[in-house]
Amino acid sequence: MISFANVTKRYEETGDVLRNVSFQLEKGDMAFLTGHSGAGKSTLLRLIAAMERCSRGQIVVDGQDLNAAKESQLPYIRRKMGFIYQDYKLLHDRTVFDNVALPLIIAGYGHQEVARRVRAALEKVSLHGKERKYPLALSGGEQQRVGIARAVVNKPPIIIADEPTGNLDPELSAEIMHLFRQFQQVGVTILIATHDISLISQLDNRVLKLDHGQLVQS
Amino acid sequence: MKRLNKNRIKKDPPIKTIKQEKRQTTIAGGGIKDKLIAYRDLHVHAFFSSLSRMIATPFSSIMTIAVLAISISLASGFYIVVVNIQQLTGNLETSNQISLFLRDDVNDVHAKKLFENIRGNESVQNIKLISKEQGLADFKEYSGFGGAINALKKNPLPIVIEVLPKNTLNDKQGLDELLKSFQQLPEVDFAQLDLEWVERLQAIVDVAQLFASLLNILLAAAVLFVIGNTVRLEFYGRRSEVVISKLVGATNAFIRRPFLYTGFWIGFISGVSAWFIVTILMLILRGSVERVSGLFQNDMHLLFLSFTETLFLISASSILGILGAWVVLYFELRVAKS
Repeated sequence: MISFANVTKRYEETGDVLRNVSFQLEKGDMAFLTGHSGAGKSTLLRLIAAMERCSRGQIVVDGQDLNAAKESQLPYIRRKMGFIYQDYKLLHDRTVFDNVALPLIIAGYGHQEVARRVRAALEKVSLHGKERKYPLALSGGEQQRVGIARAVVNKPPIIIADEPTGNLDPELSAEIMHLFRQFQQVGVTILIATHDISLISQLDNRVLKLDHGQLVQS
Repeated sequence: MKRLNKNRIKKDPPIKTIKQEKRQTTIAGGGIKDKLIAYRDLHVHAFFSSLSRMIATPFSSIMTIAVLAISISLASGFYIVVVNIQQLTGNLETSNQISLFLRDDVNDVHAKKLFENIRGNESVQNIKLISKEQGLADFKEYSGFGGAINALKKNPLPIVIEVLPKNTLNDKQGLDELLKSFQQLPEVDFAQLDLEWVERLQAIVDVAQLFASLLNILLAAAVLFVIGNTVRLEFYGRRSEVVISKLVGATNAFIRRPFLYTGFWIGFISGVSAWFIVTILMLILRGSVERVSGLFQNDMHLLFLSFTETLFLISASSILGILGAWVVLYFELRVAKS
């Protein structure tokens, strides 16, 4: 589903942030991406999201070579992925419903379809009844679940999460991880960047560890 | 955990929910018609949301629109002035009239004799004698200097004979010869072909027209820059929205759309405001202009912006708005991608 082959990302100012990174995630895999801060986790996620292109190597997402893809194709590739962030990245001037609906509206779904899917996604993260609330009126855990609902509302085959439990207490973190496992069970490929060691040790999942831009464990 | 557990007890396991939903989706299907309706809704939404965003920040919107409306009204105001002057010279153009200003020492009887003489000339179509008294009366009536004229002890105006030749304007040589023959008459102080004045005025109007065109180009550029800058500020203000939309798969066209509508609204409202400014200015000027036109003994009426000109004004400013927004977004999105 996601494949990195000898991927290097170099910035003019800082040099190589990722060096010769190779790994492969199959459909239905769930893996942690870990490493000290500055090890290149965020850069790796940005490369998968096609927000940046790699300097060398090849990245294939759902059968599509990101380097070969034209600029105009990238939005369609991104629609195959749901992104979840530590800071939730919600739009504060829009309701929970509108936030979750955004990917569907972008993809051009009709009104009824949007309403139906948003309700289903909110139900999945136990947020039904909060459609009309604004994100800032919700707790951190609830906001994170709005972010998750937005990431899965489009039913993407891939979910990418960047420190999804970073701001949450252990109980809420466990809830979130439970949700991820449910998605994994229906065949979604999940990559979670985190440096929460306890979280990783609790679960028996594959761990990709970055150290100074190199993959030291995979 | 508690909440989730409760949920699971009450409903089917979430895994199943997903499968059920997938089935439903394929049944409901995203037909072409649904997609078209969704696309139309996107435009309708962007159309109104960009307007409501402007209303939400009334102060800055009004400032921007005021600047633009004044620029656009300057351009169209100058244009309408030129159009009016053109109308004036257009009316004058048909006049191939020759005015003979008689010497001061020529008395009324003598002038009358000369008048009869010239009327006998076969190349003269029509002729009119304006006595000193009548000239003074006309001048008092139309100039508005009645009081000042009354203060004069002696009537300063000469006797004038207005001659309308049979030669048309196209026969410039014939007119010139006739003018020369009149000039040589001993009673005539000065013979003037009105056309010469018209030509001079026409030349001035041509310059003004060229200046108006240049001014319009400059002001159009100003409108483009002001709208571009406004949209750029708005783009930065909504940067997080742009980034998030991009992350969830928005195309550049999707991101551009609401900003293009913002540009449209700014241009459109500025154009409409400019029309009001010009029209109000013209209404204020109307009285004075009609006095001047009386002075010229001319049936000139003040021309306002016509329907087509109004349509052009408003659509041009709307298009400039969209264009300004588009240029800025083209560069901003290009920067954002790298």
